[in-house]
Amino acid sequence: MKETWSKLRKQPLFMPILMLILVLLINLFKDPGFFSIAVKNGVLYGRLIDVLNRGSEIAILAVGQTLVIAVSAGTDISVGSVMALAASGGCMVLAGYGNTSVTGIVAPIAVGVIVGLLFGLGSGCINGLMVSKLKIQPMVATLIFFTAARAIGLLLCNNQIIYIRYEPYKYLGNFLPHVPIPTPILVTILIIIIAQLVLKRTSLEMYIQSVGINNRASRICGINSDMICFICYAICGLCAGAAGMIASSRIYSADSNNIGLNYEMYSILAVALGGNSLAGGKFNMAGSIVGAYTIQAIMTTLLALGVSTDQSPVFMAILVILIVVIQSPVFKKWMEERRVRRAEAGKEAA
Amino acid sequence: MSDGDNVLITMRDITKTFPGVVALDHARLTVRRGEIHALMGENGAGKSTIIKCLTGVYERDSGDVHMEGVEGNIFNHSTMDAQKIGIATVYQEVNLCPNLSVAENLFIGREPRTRLHTIDWKKMNRMARELMERLQIEVDVTETLENYSIAIQQMVAIARAVDMEAKVLILDEPTSSLDDKEVEKLFVMMRRLKDQGVGIIFVTHFLDQVYEVCDRITVMRNGKFVGEYTVSELPRVKLVAAMLGKEMNDLADIKGADSGKELGDLLYEGEGLSHKGTIKPFDFTIHKGEVVGLAGLLGSGRSELVRCIYGVDNSQTGSSRMEGKPLKIKAPIDSIKAGMGYLPDDRKADGCIGGLSVRENIIIALQARNGLFKRIPMAKQIEIADRYIDLLQIKTASRETLLSQLSGGNQQKVILARWLATDPKFLILDEPTRGIDIGTKTEIQKLVLQLADRGMGIVFISSEIEEMLRTCSKMLIMRDGANVGHLDAKDIELTQENVMGAIAGGETK
Repeated sequence: MKETWSKLRKQPLFMPILMLILVLLINLFKDPGFFSIAVKNGVLYGRLIDVLNRGSEIAILAVGQTLVIAVSAGTDISVGSVMALAASGGCMVLAGYGNTSVTGIVAPIAVGVIVGLLFGLGSGCINGLMVSKLKIQPMVATLIFFTAARAIGLLLCNNQIIYIRYEPYKYLGNFLPHVPIPTPILVTILIIIIAQLVLKRTSLEMYIQSVGINNRASRICGINSDMICFICYAICGLCAGAAGMIASSRIYSADSNNIGLNYEMYSILAVALGGNSLAGGKFNMAGSIVGAYTIQAIMTTLLALGVSTDQSPVFMAILVILIVVIQSPVFKKWMEERRVRRAEAGKEAA
Repeated sequence: MSDGDNVLITMRDITKTFPGVVALDHARLTVRRGEIHALMGENGAGKSTIIKCLTGVYERDSGDVHMEGVEGNIFNHSTMDAQKIGIATVYQEVNLCPNLSVAENLFIGREPRTRLHTIDWKKMNRMARELMERLQIEVDVTETLENYSIAIQQMVAIARAVDMEAKVLILDEPTSSLDDKEVEKLFVMMRRLKDQGVGIIFVTHFLDQVYEVCDRITVMRNGKFVGEYTVSELPRVKLVAAMLGKEMNDLADIKGADSGKELGDLLYEGEGLSHKGTIKPFDFTIHKGEVVGLAGLLGSGRSELVRCIYGVDNSQTGSSRMEGKPLKIKAPIDSIKAGMGYLPDDRKADGCIGGLSVRENIIIALQARNGLFKRIPMAKQIEIADRYIDLLQIKTASRETLLSQLSGGNQQKVILARWLATDPKFLILDEPTRGIDIGTKTEIQKLVLQLADRGMGIVFISSEIEEMLRTCSKMLIMRDGANVGHLDAKDIELTQENVMGAIAGGETK
């Protein structure tokens, strides 16, 4: 029993999952029914489903952000703004340029979604080129889209918020007919599966880690380091595009000023909470995804505890600091030493 | 000592250990007033360590340091302490502020002040101008430093040191990024300072420069003092011998009797290969089954030459052919696809991917050749990894152990395995046995000969001449970035004396 426990503790996912569970358990004090899941009106309903549903965007962004951090030891801070850009691009195509509120659409929904994804991919490619070819610091390179993407989005929407009051457009962010599970959860699962297949079935995972650990040595081994770096940023942009379309569908509109606000911070935080080093190299995708849902769980919890939206960032900051400190090597070492001291004291007493 | 009055600094019995390594073992150094003193030795000889013990970057474990005009045994705890008693250092990479003016750089931290305690710019610029005139450096002191060449920047750094009344000036490889003309300018300045009575310690790898400008040489090897010589009395061959060390280790002569065997077909030929700045254009050919040694001191261009052949830095010029087919090398992957392998000399920076497992490190070059989408199946990866762990007797807990957890020698074996796994036709080994124990060294040398027997062309670079003598059938001699000759087992008996003579710049034939 003790051995299994210590083995379990050494698992890289142990801490992130433990943290997620702890955050979820806080809710039990306030709301004993937190974990209950019911079926209402033919769809799943419950706080837990809510966390999974609302956490989708962060989880999708975390997939891309994990790769970017691993390959370049830098962060893509443009993902939140790119979400808004993708939403604006997609909605513009669906509503027709210049229209602000439509009840019917001028292009098939699939075309709108694809255009949104392409806006994301395009932004990611430009970020990738700047980082891999022009060797611009990742933070600086992505700062350009961080500031510009929302403005471009507004231009696409003629400085308005486009509303698409057309039922099928809401499917992506809500429910498909006769499907009880929220669509964002399904999309997230799909994206995670695709990402895992691409990473594991090709050598991409090894290449990304190798480039992140030692760029020069990887090049000498025959890996096109610049290309691998570019691919990671492109994937990250594509993920931002997907997250943007989901966020847009939830509110059936393109609100370039508010979609994805602060999400770049959440995505980076998710990677860190998942036990990944922001210095690049080795990465653990599952950890990042657990981290993403932890962040959403904190937000949902604060909401459930009745903390006002204005104050919730304070509590969120406190919780995040706690989690990061508990996972830090310094703290772990300190705990280990404390355990040893206690064991020795126990021996002496005996 | 006959010229005891002139002695500026004496360092005696200096010992410095780092965890697991003795970096300095009772080393010594004596510098006199008004001399240029060369400090020479191969990599790891302890040159920079003894300099750092003097300037206060490191604290020595034991030993005495005395300096003229300073009472007692000197312990510098920082470079500031060293500067206070008149020891100044100018490093290879200029450590000034490139975006400030020349005058600002000269007086930073000790600017002349006005009565209001603001900087007195007029006075500062005037003082700077006077200093530059005195040292005959033609610069506009108000100009930003980065607008001047590295040579001028270095001279400004030296001027700053001189103005701070340095009695001892340490120049740590100042010439490695300068061209011939700039070196000449620097030497003029060094001689002028020497005449003013400054003692200069000159760390360099370039033999020609030592003979041009220095008065005395201290040679170090493996952290030990080898000898102090007067330049005019020390032939170059002797200097090289002192640096490389002559003691033959007790390895068996593993080279078989077939060293005179017929050459195979032409494998690789390069014409006019060059690399911007580092080496002059050269031609290079190697035959199947041939082991070519590249001899020369550190900094002679031997590593740069192979980096150029392999295309590590993508500014290769000239043309090359593999088995008659023209090559177009833009990145290392092109070389790998053409059948080349390259074991770099800087294991840590260019070889190890420490955070990946031993298995991944072994298969990574093979995987890169296969391409991103043709992933080698796990079973096959395991098979390859196990085969080489077994073949090279790599000591690792398991094949999934991270490479960073292995010892240096075993890391080197893993990187060697990485290239053997690609089954190259042409393998470049730059210092494959550095930091490896004697037994393993012999194994690797045997392996090299076996591979050559199977028809592989191998370039072998080593700082240990005996090692190359044992494995190579031909040797190219490099000096100061150019190929200065070759020795062939057929024409001439390859002996240590012949090779050292060639390296030192004597007659090669």
